[in-house]
Amino acid sequence: MIDRETVHKVALLARLELAPEEEAQFTTQLGSILEYFEQLSELDTSQVQPTARAIDVSNVVRQDALKPYAERESILESAPDRETTVQGDFFKVPKIINEPQ
Amino acid sequence: MASIRDLHQQLVSKERSAVEIAEESLAQIQALEPKLRSFLMVTGDRALEQARRVDDQIAAGEAIGWMAGIPTGIKDNMCTQGIRTTCGSKILQNFVPPYESTVTHKLATAGAVMVGKTNLDEFAMGSSTENSAYQVTANPWDLERVPGGSSGGSAAAVAADECTVALGSDTGGSIRQPAALCGVVGLKPTYGLVSRYGLVAYASSLDQIGPFARSVEDAAILLGAIAGYDPQDSTSLKVEVPDYLSFLNPNLNAQKKFRVGIIQETFGEGLDAIVGDAVMAAVDQFKAMGAEIVNISCPQFRYGLPTYYILAPSEASANLARYDGVKYGYRSEQPDNLMSMYTQTRAQGFGAEVKRRIMIGTYTLSAGYYDAYYLKAQKVRTLIKQDFEQAFEQVDVLVCPTTPTTAFKAGEKTDDPLSMYLSDLMTIPVNLAGLPGLSLPCGFDAQGLPIGLQIVGNVLREDLVLQAAYAYEQATEWHLRTPSL
Repeated sequence: MIDRETVHKVALLARLELAPEEEAQFTTQLGSILEYFEQLSELDTSQVQPTARAIDVSNVVRQDALKPYAERESILESAPDRETTVQGDFFKVPKIINEPQ
Repeated sequence: MASIRDLHQQLVSKERSAVEIAEESLAQIQALEPKLRSFLMVTGDRALEQARRVDDQIAAGEAIGWMAGIPTGIKDNMCTQGIRTTCGSKILQNFVPPYESTVTHKLATAGAVMVGKTNLDEFAMGSSTENSAYQVTANPWDLERVPGGSSGGSAAAVAADECTVALGSDTGGSIRQPAALCGVVGLKPTYGLVSRYGLVAYASSLDQIGPFARSVEDAAILLGAIAGYDPQDSTSLKVEVPDYLSFLNPNLNAQKKFRVGIIQETFGEGLDAIVGDAVMAAVDQFKAMGAEIVNISCPQFRYGLPTYYILAPSEASANLARYDGVKYGYRSEQPDNLMSMYTQTRAQGFGAEVKRRIMIGTYTLSAGYYDAYYLKAQKVRTLIKQDFEQAFEQVDVLVCPTTPTTAFKAGEKTDDPLSMYLSDLMTIPVNLAGLPGLSLPCGFDAQGLPIGLQIVGNVLREDLVLQAAYAYEQATEWHLRTPSL
């Protein structure tokens, strides 16, 4: 019910690089898990409303007010890679656009 | 093994200092950790510093609360400012939170002494604590067996008296199942009663923080210390927190005739005979205490497991998208470009079960499958909730086994995800309905492994759950047994 090609596609959507043996294993395991889900089709839910949360609270809003944040440096400190330039402090990532071939 | 009440008495009578109590806990941790591996990090210095503050308060003649000076373990998925919080995952191996979770903040303010961060299944996904990226925790009753999960470190630490109480989190049974397997009390409160600000999110419509303790009274005290509205958690309920100790009465019928319902569907296939017998004996005990016993049918109960394994991974796949190696946590070495940084960071940083659930969730939420899986599961969730609503028109609490079996051996279920999932069969529907559920010891099997009784209450009826649990505990002696280590 789920083939290797689909597993490959889903892994890409999930931003997971899977080794070939993981891909094979997940194809089998996800197949049996999805098959297990099939029992839900025994239930007629055509007239049933979905529940997103068991105990719903109405929309919770707050003032969109700016507040100073004291731990700015400790957040930047957590970055795997960072750079400080004249423009300010940055999280650094590998290049996003490749050179033309 | 001292209770919170004992320790509190020793502190206020100046029989022992908070530092001495903390040192005793740290010594027990040092002695047992080579066998148990309950803690991912022991915070000894911080514990002693906190204990000294409590001693100063006592010396100054100030009144102290119940939690002051009490050695407490914290599951390592709750953020502690300046103290590494790994969530049992390699992807957060060097994550030092810049902020404090509400629960740990409340406990620190109450004077509780955090002795360390406890082991868990990676991102709280699992039922045996074997999915931790760092270590496998042993069950104090039999070191070859698992403590349950995902809060296995907290359960084992409390069972072995490495700390007096601990916090866990419960998404599908992660407090109650390890409590049952380790022979302690574990309580998952009503969804929204305890703030989740600073709890690393797994499945947000289900996650809830709650206490582990060796007695119902200790669990009630810890619940009182962490419950309550928090504006920082948008799902937090605006309710007054009652004095949970006021509900603890050995006389079950003190107010009115207490009604206990037995969930019929939990006594079927897959249930160990000895577990079923112990739970039925507990029902007889309730009857002997004067409770009215009612047989209750929850026909949709068995659909809880497939429903959960659609909803929780779906939510998890969205929640865990944030681990991309950009702002904190692990990043793969030398990626070629941004995309390979994401895919390699996540491939190397997550373990097998987390990947499996991200994959399931991504699939069930993807275009073309959403209605068949996610929406369908949300509708079945409504039916499960309705079963409980009808049940609570007839009874005050529901009882059933917490788990179908006692603790299994390490490695026994790691190759078969579905059989591992089945150990949460009886706890999951309670999360889906957002209800409070408590597990406490109700017997031992032939190998001397503890058996758990689950008591479930209606929304915000922690009072009735605690009342039933306390009356049962006072009438029995299971909670007095301790593992020999």
